[in-house]
Amino acid sequence: MAPSSRLRGRWSLPALVVLVALVGAVVVWTRGDDDPPPVSTRDAVIDVPESPGSDRTIQLDTTLYLPERTPAPAVLLPHGFGGSKDSVSAQATELAQRGFVVLAYSARGFGRSTGSIELNSVDHEVRDAQKLLDWLATREEVRTDAAGDPRVGVTGGSYGGALALSLAGVDPRVDTIAPVITFNDLGQALLPNSARTDAVDTTSPAVGAFGEDGVFKRSWAGIFFSAGLSGGDLASPGQEAAEPGQDDNDAGQAADAAAAAVTAPQQQGRPAGPVNGACGRFAADVCAAYTEVATTGKAGPKTLEILRRSSPAAVADKITQPTMLVQGEQDTLFGLDQADANARQIAANGAKVKVVWYSGGHDGGSPGPELRGQIADWMAFHLDGKGTDPGTGFEYTVVGAFRSSGAPSLRNVIAPSYPGLAGGSPVERRTVPLTGRDQTVVNPAGGNPAAVSSLPGLGSALSRSSSLTARLSIDLPGQAAVFASEPFTSQVLLTGASTVKLRVSAVPGTPVPADGAVLFAKLYDADANGVRTLPGSAVAPFRVRDLPADGTPVEVTVTLPGAVRPVESDHRLQLVVSTTDQAYANATEPAAYRISLASPELSVPVVPGANATSEVPTGALWGIAIVLLVCLVVAVVAWFRRRLTADVDPELTSVPLVISGLTKSYPGGLTAVRDLSFRVEHGQVLGLLGPNGAGKTTTLRMLMGLITPTEGEIRVFGHRVHPGAPVLSRIGSFVEGSGFLPHLSGIANLKLYWAATGRPVEQAHFDEALEIAGLGGAVHRKVRTYSQGMRQRLAIAQAMLGLPDLLVLDEPTNGLDPPQIHQMREVLRRYAAAGRTVLVSSHLLAEVEQTCSHVVVMHKGTLVAAGPVEEIATGGGEASFRVDRPEEAADVLRGLSGVRSVSVDGEQVHASLNGTPRAEALQALVTAGVAVDQAGPRRRLEDAFLELVGE
Amino acid sequence: MTENGVHTDPAAISDLTDAAEHEHAQVAPDGSKVGYRAGRTLPVRVELARQLRRRRTQLVLGFLVLLPFILVVAFELGQASPNRRSGGFVDLATASGVNFVILTLFVSGSFLLPMIVALFFGDTIASEASWSSLKYLLAAPIPRHRLLRRKAVASGLLSVFALVLLPLVALGVGVVWYGAGEAVSPTGEAASFGSGVYGLALAVCYISIHLFWLAGLALYLSVSTDAPLGAVGGAVLVSIVSQILDQITALEDLRDYLPTHYALAWADLLSSDVDWSQMARGTFSALAYGAFFTLLAARKFARKDVTS
Repeated sequence: MAPSSRLRGRWSLPALVVLVALVGAVVVWTRGDDDPPPVSTRDAVIDVPESPGSDRTIQLDTTLYLPERTPAPAVLLPHGFGGSKDSVSAQATELAQRGFVVLAYSARGFGRSTGSIELNSVDHEVRDAQKLLDWLATREEVRTDAAGDPRVGVTGGSYGGALALSLAGVDPRVDTIAPVITFNDLGQALLPNSARTDAVDTTSPAVGAFGEDGVFKRSWAGIFFSAGLSGGDLASPGQEAAEPGQDDNDAGQAADAAAAAVTAPQQQGRPAGPVNGACGRFAADVCAAYTEVATTGKAGPKTLEILRRSSPAAVADKITQPTMLVQGEQDTLFGLDQADANARQIAANGAKVKVVWYSGGHDGGSPGPELRGQIADWMAFHLDGKGTDPGTGFEYTVVGAFRSSGAPSLRNVIAPSYPGLAGGSPVERRTVPLTGRDQTVVNPAGGNPAAVSSLPGLGSALSRSSSLTARLSIDLPGQAAVFASEPFTSQVLLTGASTVKLRVSAVPGTPVPADGAVLFAKLYDADANGVRTLPGSAVAPFRVRDLPADGTPVEVTVTLPGAVRPVESDHRLQLVVSTTDQAYANATEPAAYRISLASPELSVPVVPGANATSEVPTGALWGIAIVLLVCLVVAVVAWFRRRLTADVDPELTSVPLVISGLTKSYPGGLTAVRDLSFRVEHGQVLGLLGPNGAGKTTTLRMLMGLITPTEGEIRVFGHRVHPGAPVLSRIGSFVEGSGFLPHLSGIANLKLYWAATGRPVEQAHFDEALEIAGLGGAVHRKVRTYSQGMRQRLAIAQAMLGLPDLLVLDEPTNGLDPPQIHQMREVLRRYAAAGRTVLVSSHLLAEVEQTCSHVVVMHKGTLVAAGPVEEIATGGGEASFRVDRPEEAADVLRGLSGVRSVSVDGEQVHASLNGTPRAEALQALVTAGVAVDQAGPRRRLEDAFLELVGE
Repeated sequence: MTENGVHTDPAAISDLTDAAEHEHAQVAPDGSKVGYRAGRTLPVRVELARQLRRRRTQLVLGFLVLLPFILVVAFELGQASPNRRSGGFVDLATASGVNFVILTLFVSGSFLLPMIVALFFGDTIASEASWSSLKYLLAAPIPRHRLLRRKAVASGLLSVFALVLLPLVALGVGVVWYGAGEAVSPTGEAASFGSGVYGLALAVCYISIHLFWLAGLALYLSVSTDAPLGAVGGAVLVSIVSQILDQITALEDLRDYLPTHYALAWADLLSSDVDWSQMARGTFSALAYGAFFTLLAARKFARKDVTS
């Protein structure tokens, strides 16, 4: 024990340091923040022709991100509308860290690039991008397929995504694309018409009717346009969307940080472009087109042409590259129907198409790290052949209920393929019966007040509460027709755009607007309490032209907005058709329409799939298992070690106590007991005598197994004492004060103590022990009311419970009054006489002298004397007499035979009697007429003791 | 002699010595008296009796019974819109009996429940040391590992009893005042009374497991000091510091390592589609911390010199 305890003291600080370092290492390691590979950048200004065939050039501001190892495949990274090359720097760095050469650039009219915005025109922006491909092919860092043909993929969000699609359609050098939250047809995105009078092909999940002559999406178009004017990136989602399996708090943190990082350079870059009057940096024709739509709410043929040439739809039939389409479920600008159209058009060319719907969008946030990683994986496989084939599946994210962390729960569902693509099976559609009478809805003059469904532009600011904004929607009474389903009996996971057939007619006698009826359909999820949620905050605007004034109904098929929504059991789906919506250009002429269901059913798309994110948190479960296992192992090891502690010396089984070489030293250098050895034989009352601090109590504590000796051992009936040694059950002890539960009575204390030993009640001898304590009726009082003496007696009684073979009492008479002390001596003597052994410690000499048969004298932790009390006390049989005439008495004593060395000391006469009985010497003195005041052994124990301890 | 006749009848000494003479020690091979078995020492029921008779334990349990009534009175005094169906935990408290229990757990989860667990575990050894009764238990002898285990089990039972008692009383009070209606979650989801109660039962299980970290810490402090207040206060203090640090969002995912980070993960049980990931992480975190501190406590206690 000794070396280890010394070691413990010396090594505890370094051990603590090591422990802290280990914990720190684990924290750092589990956080997994490996240093990302370094990325270097080169800025370059690249000249491109202003327009096809033009001599004039404009300058594109570019940054090339170079990975650690080159040559490498390249990724072209166009930015979103209103952004610049700086707004994609984070993603560019990420991709470069994945090993791609990344070219980020400010599109014409944005950032520091010159030129004017032509809205991804095939003749302008797309040609610029082709020039960038030419430039990439000349770079030695870029791997090439052939001379002038770089190995290159294109990815980008929104405006940049559309460029990726158009570029892929125009330029076969592009090897793969991953457009994010982008459009198929800008005309349908800004002027959607979600209803057709002819049939709608509903084989794909998020089909949009894409009818002509749509309703102007006023709010979004305005935001879009002003983003081009000012350079503010309002049109792009500022934050990242939450992802499944992500700690939601952290997602928020990361997104906030990312948003802050993205906005800062934009604000610096904003004044770069010249502001050119009301048109800003827009090309004149684009500006004119916007002005027309914004003022009239309708698009003329010229505008339609501009929108067409800006749309990937124009070249989609030529896209054959593997395409990963990422679209947001929270997107009222470019909804799921846009990605659906892209997917169908590209798949029709035989190209590989993978579709991912994630929880963000223009209203919900940009792709999070996991989805960006997925895009990088796509690029790695299709450009570099690295990694596993991402395949052509279909993934969507289901937003569930809120979690304790304050964000909604998310899960990804994976289906083997996007339904309804060329060669694939159509989407499964469930028929949900709807009920509702014919209802009349009124279009207010001026289109005001209008229903509220979404908050375009603000949506990204509110993205983290997008599930809450889904509840902000307001329908105005009189303007909305409501049709509802029965409560669902089981959950249905709505995945895509539902369709419904409606019958619309003018109310006879009211004027029919020349532009037809403008209506908005939306599909709510209403719970049992009537709380409604509008999935994705999206509405499906539609225009019914040529409405007969006589009330003849027109039947239309309406494609509702694409959404992913688990409709729980007991919830209903509620179809609302209203005449107004704040986000759109409403009809301004007052009108009234009758709305009814042409067929009383809603066709709800369902795409079954497997959950991608396993619901089982395996890491944590493994952790739990490991912790439990470690505990089990520790318990088993400890159990075995305890088995090995038994140590018995068969020769000593009848000796109550043998202490040999006992030493206890403390780390501070204090040695309380040093090399103490003594024996206590059967039937003895042994007194352990020493002044305060002699080490008596420490010795007794070691005897009880409370303190571990530094060296040496204690054997009780041959068994070595260690903490909890079973042989301690043969010892009854009272050491350094009583220990009772103050809130319990004396008797309850004793009973509970005995119950705690686990021994049979009949062994306790409560009655005898309580009689010894002699507390009478006080045993039923709470111990906290006891006097010191009463506690003392109760504690001695407790020590005597079970009639121990060795009774150990530390200062038993402290606090007792003289009669009680007398009785206590009697008890101890007779108890020993009854065949037990008693060990009493005391600093009072008289105490030991009167009680004990044997004594061990200790001083400063060492043994100074041991033996029978008489032997120690009387030494050589010397006696002293206190007399009135000392000289005379000395003479008398000298005259007795055998008496030697008589000396006079004041009134005292000392003599060595050498076997002559003291009574005889006394009688001789009395006979000689000497008055004897006192007679006794010369050296009382006190003297012996003082001599022994050298004081 | 002194009052109550505190004295030893001389006959008592004879009785004792007679008994001592007639009873001859029978000794088992391991050196113990026959009748003593280490595996029978300190039965849990004895430890529970020792603890349950303490005024402290009775007051704590009594307060837990009282708390729901205090909350009801508070709501009755300040009730503006009874039976609301939306809003936060507090707004929803009066929607149904189950909601009332949720509120009770929510308001007591950050301080009261940790404090009770810290009290039962932090006090258990330290108070014995402060009464000096620890040495007599150890010398009885109750093996140290067994004493620690039994005391921890008794404290655990008391803690679980307290953790069950509070929601149970709250449920009774809530049903009487606010009815056995549907439980409404802050997101507007409604669950039937039965499934709400089932979710609450699981929540109580989770809270019990999650507070294991604090139990381990309090136990460690309890064997480290002879001052019960120090052990209990120390454990509560660590819990509070952890909660404060958890508020500092700048720490980001470092906060996952805080033992209180997953304290409210049981709220996930209230939704219809339960996400177990936070609770699994919370369970792991609590078990890891709890096991660490408990093993540390066991190691310390096994080697400690008992000097109180």
